[in-house]
Amino acid sequence: MSSDIILLVILGAISIGSALGLLLSRNAIYAALFLVLNFGVGAVFYLILNAPFLAVIQVTVYAGAIMVLFLFVIMLLGAERLSPGENPPGVQYQRPLAIILGVALLVLAAVVLFTRQPIAAASATPPVDSSPLAVGLTLYGPYVFPFEVVSILLLVAMIGAVVLTRNK
Amino acid sequence: MDTTTFVVALSAILFTIGVLGVLLRRNAILIFMSIELMLNSANLAFVAFAHRFNQLDGQIFVFFVMTVAAAEVAVGLALIVTIFRTKRSTNVDDLSALRG
Repeated sequence: MSSDIILLVILGAISIGSALGLLLSRNAIYAALFLVLNFGVGAVFYLILNAPFLAVIQVTVYAGAIMVLFLFVIMLLGAERLSPGENPPGVQYQRPLAIILGVALLVLAAVVLFTRQPIAAASATPPVDSSPLAVGLTLYGPYVFPFEVVSILLLVAMIGAVVLTRNK
Repeated sequence: MDTTTFVVALSAILFTIGVLGVLLRRNAILIFMSIELMLNSANLAFVAFAHRFNQLDGQIFVFFVMTVAAAEVAVGLALIVTIFRTKRSTNVDDLSALRG
């Protein structure tokens, strides 16, 4: 059990560190690569949490496709150099206000998380079957209507991307 | 502290970092990546609770969140490219006019 905790703490430290790297990075390419690292750690968490199929999807779709799209656009626009981040006049209060609000959000989440009565875990001892077969049967069974809605959403997004970037 | 509590706490921290990224950074691409970070932290909480309650529904929701994230990235990056063509900038403070 203690080795599990050590593993979790190390993974959590990598995850938070890469997220902070995304937040503080001066170069958009580095920020994108920090985000890839964060998604990779997320995939390891999915493996720990009995979601192997989601871990693979996370690596291929998130860390693969989505982040490649980000890197492609950053390099296409040549926008990897970020300005040092000085706020123009009029929004000087924005930076301290953002930090205060962020800390307040974190404190609120911690209060909700640690003051509620812990919910008892499901008593069934064998973990639920999370193989691709079981996931697929659930996806095409009770969740078939949301699945179809999502397919329409993807179609609309594809058309939208083409229409937005076409040359007039 | 058990695994669920740890992962949900980590998810809250990651979400907060994503919120700070949206509020602090002025580059549109960085803001988009912070939104991805927030969606990913929500996914982490979904999977943690699916593990806790020993059900598959949380994992199914992660699929839908990933699909919405992919659609959002496609449209959002198309918007950023279009804005960059006219404004030659990805700084959101430069986008103060409603007129294109």
